[in-house]
Amino acid sequence: MKYNDTLIDNILYKRIILLLSRFGALSMQVIDKNANKSYEQELANFEQKIADEQKIEPSDWMPEAYRKNVIRQMSQHAHSEIIGMQPEGNWLTRAPSLRRKAILLSKVQDEAGHGLYLYSATETLGINRSEMIAALQSGEAKYAQIFNYPTLTWADVGAIGWLVDGAAIVNQISLQRTSYGPYARSMVRICKEESFHQRQGYEALYAMAHGTPVQKQMAQDALNRIWWPSLMMFGPHDADSAHSSQSMAWKIKRISNDELRQSFIDQSVPQIEVLGLEMPDPEIKWNEERGHYDSGEINWQEFKEVVNGAGPCNYQRIKHHKNAHQEGEWVREAVRSYKEKRAKKQNETAA
Amino acid sequence: MIDTFVIHEQKPLYRFILALADDSLTLSHRLAQWCSNGPYLEEDIALSNVALDYIGRARMFYQYAAKLEDKGRTEDDLAYLRNEREFTNLLIHELPKGDFAFTMVRQFFVDVFYNLYLEELLKSSDENVVAIAAKSIKETRYHLKRSKPWIRQLAEGTEESRQRILNALEELKDFVGELFEMPTWEQELCDAGIAPDRSALQQPWDDYVQKFLAISDIDYHDTVLRIRGGRDGIHTEHLGHMLCDMQFLQRSHPNMQW
Amino acid sequence: MKQEQLAIYEVFIRSNRGLDHKHVGSLHAESPEHALMYARDCYIRRSEGVSIWVVESTNITASEESDIENFVDPMDDKPYRHATHYVLPDSIKNM
Repeated sequence: MKYNDTLIDNILYKRIILLLSRFGALSMQVIDKNANKSYEQELANFEQKIADEQKIEPSDWMPEAYRKNVIRQMSQHAHSEIIGMQPEGNWLTRAPSLRRKAILLSKVQDEAGHGLYLYSATETLGINRSEMIAALQSGEAKYAQIFNYPTLTWADVGAIGWLVDGAAIVNQISLQRTSYGPYARSMVRICKEESFHQRQGYEALYAMAHGTPVQKQMAQDALNRIWWPSLMMFGPHDADSAHSSQSMAWKIKRISNDELRQSFIDQSVPQIEVLGLEMPDPEIKWNEERGHYDSGEINWQEFKEVVNGAGPCNYQRIKHHKNAHQEGEWVREAVRSYKEKRAKKQNETAA
Repeated sequence: MIDTFVIHEQKPLYRFILALADDSLTLSHRLAQWCSNGPYLEEDIALSNVALDYIGRARMFYQYAAKLEDKGRTEDDLAYLRNEREFTNLLIHELPKGDFAFTMVRQFFVDVFYNLYLEELLKSSDENVVAIAAKSIKETRYHLKRSKPWIRQLAEGTEESRQRILNALEELKDFVGELFEMPTWEQELCDAGIAPDRSALQQPWDDYVQKFLAISDIDYHDTVLRIRGGRDGIHTEHLGHMLCDMQFLQRSHPNMQW
Repeated sequence: MKQEQLAIYEVFIRSNRGLDHKHVGSLHAESPEHALMYARDCYIRRSEGVSIWVVESTNITASEESDIENFVDPMDDKPYRHATHYVLPDSIKNM
């Protein structure tokens, strides 16, 4: 492909502007000049859109609390993708075959890509990426607690792809219908890419579960360790969830934590059976009456501790992120400085 | 020097393909180490793409080498079950990733080299080699397109970035000569129309690199062969550590499928 | 923390020949050339496109949602612009 050929000339620029002014669907901050409408009218208008299943778009009026809530959820989602690169990245140099090495690298790269889509979509709400990164590094913004557990063996990489990405998919499918347009659209894109993540993980674990006794033991051990933190990914029980009810009312969240968790358990149990591994929770049992699997209670104390910084890798994950970020500072500075110099030169030539 | 390892007894074509595979694998390993360590997200993703291209290239060469050897070994046996002295990559590929300037200067150097080399490899009389070269050259053209602006930005950016570029040029310069070395066995393949003549690429490489660096006011010297040994299995100390990491699972759990 | 933001570029991709370019998201880059390369690496890893446009976000002028009534509605009351506005004899089948 020739990339120079696709450089846009002035005519194309104008056409894009025309196009956009027709559809007005971009990440532009628009100053609200229409002071005639009262807050109540705006709010009613907004709530009507939500009730009508219309998407909220970046330039729409929205209550400040909605904006904050969406920023919180989206940036947390983006941070999870980015921090999530580390536990699997831990095995990039040690993947046991060339095929697995290529798969793992492209998978971890996808996580970076998903982080990018989400940061990009969040920026439409008037916050920039460096502010989000600062919030991540200061601990103000959270990310999925699962990534604070270590990846100890190669089987963990398989288990993460299968269970952690599996849990994420269950959640993300429901979020394709989220009320904020850019969030919904990035979920569609991400879901499309994500099923490869889950399948490659399951395939890797399946190979081990059907390999030698040592490999099977590794697979069982990974399942036992990663199962519970995966269930925690859906968040606290509905009754204990701080942000849930407002998020549901605004249709930011579409399905409750407990419902999502149940459907994850229901889909995973038969998959464990196919692996031929023992259930990681002895209380897992089919409940004919409910039409769902029953399961044991999650250790919520552990969940709280890990979310609040006391997991085995919390410190390490943020430190890794800070280090990479700091080491990149001179590069970003050089890039900016080069751009300024070039612009100055162009001005001089023009004058 | 008496070589206690078997490299010298290998058939030239097998040895040639295996060496090219080792070049790609070691470089891909270094590039992959940038994943989650890039200066910003977009560049992180872009570097992973380059690493993936080299993993793909390594696999194609290893698969062909395994076929040539015809002893039932697989690409993974070749990558994961040979020792330091049996690896024959040129040393520039195995050097640790260093800082971002080092990575980009090395990339620029090898990108210029592979643009020249793969173009010649396309003319090989071996159709398997031509097929691999045809796929690889497209990737390499894009890599060079990426590494050139990086060299300029860093060389002309801030004082610090320029200094880092100069340091990287200094650190890498002695490893360049080996790219153009033609041992007897490779010369034989060249005479047979299978392998390109590396030594003929030195002048064009020097010209290209010197001309490009001159834009950023950097005076770069002619290449001189200084450090060599990769093709004979004589490496820097870094390779052993790379293999420790890379081969760990295959070594600690032999004969298993993953 | 130092301001680290590079410029934001909007990315448009033509997924197949014959289709329009469609907005897919944005990215950070320091020049249009780099934005284009990053768009390739970030948005078409699975060959999702055959052509890419990048535009620096600040170069886009968008309509204002809050003014949309005044901006769009007046266009809505001109039914004579649509083919269905005209009643023709039944004997004219396809026009």
